[in-house]
Amino acid sequence: MNASAIIFYAISAFILGAGLLAVTSRKIFRSAIWLLFSLVGIAALYFWMQVEFIAAVQIVVYVGGIVVLIIFSIFLTQESGKEMPKPQLRKIIFSVLAALFGFGASYNLISEYGFKSSTKQFTVSVSEMGTQMLSTTEHGYILPFEVVSMLLLAAMVGCIVIAMKPAEEKPAEPKEAEVKRTELKPAPAETVVVISETVIEEEVAS
Amino acid sequence: MSAVPLTHILFVSTALFFIGMYGLFTRRNMISMLMSIELILNSININFVAFNKYLYPDKLDGVFFTVFIITIAAAEAAVAIAIIINLYRSHKSIDVEDAAELRY
Repeated sequence: MNASAIIFYAISAFILGAGLLAVTSRKIFRSAIWLLFSLVGIAALYFWMQVEFIAAVQIVVYVGGIVVLIIFSIFLTQESGKEMPKPQLRKIIFSVLAALFGFGASYNLISEYGFKSSTKQFTVSVSEMGTQMLSTTEHGYILPFEVVSMLLLAAMVGCIVIAMKPAEEKPAEPKEAEVKRTELKPAPAETVVVISETVIEEEVAS
Repeated sequence: MSAVPLTHILFVSTALFFIGMYGLFTRRNMISMLMSIELILNSININFVAFNKYLYPDKLDGVFFTVFIITIAAAEAAVAIAIIINLYRSHKSIDVEDAAELRY
């Protein structure tokens, strides 16, 4: 066992431990932080596999984007210090059994398959990736690239439409808000009137 | 680099996949379920890169699939969080048991 293998097993243990804590932690904010550690570990695994570009994309998109988005939504939707209710024991038992049986079946399948690994050197140069990504020849990826750009645009517009406050569609809530505002506004006016009356009374008394 | 066979990387990604599946089964909070889905997608990305590295080192298809999966996962997470925030605004809860009707 050389240094490379030791590094791989250390990274794997880190990923799996952080992932396990992310799905079992009772506090949702801690769960998000453990997810962050797990994703950083996966980026380290990409570095270990010498695909530095994917590792950089993993860190930028997942750690810098998705986890921050999840933490924002946790802050927006609930108290982060509150503990989540414990799942039922029956549910835990059957979920563990399902995961273990699935893992056992996959383990058996993978270990008996016998992959013929190639001996060629694996190098990913970013310039080569960019050329193949935008080439229109047989092995080019220009069509998925364009389709994904359309999907991102559609997702962006969809997010804005979904998360926008329904101002035109539901007129009931804005009316209530206006009513509250109109209820609030006369109250200071009445106090002003009262004050002015007392001032007048004081002036009359004096 | 050949000290670690391909099967061990696949074992790691399989274990991560089933950890995510366990979280998806036990959690009732929508944001936690989204986190479990992110774990599952990451395990699949590890698989793609490992297959590309060990079986077809002269091609780049697995790397491209990983890039596209990361892109689509980001879009999916953004849409899911928009839906969750909208649901929280109308139901005051993001528990999946409370979201029982389709139209509010």
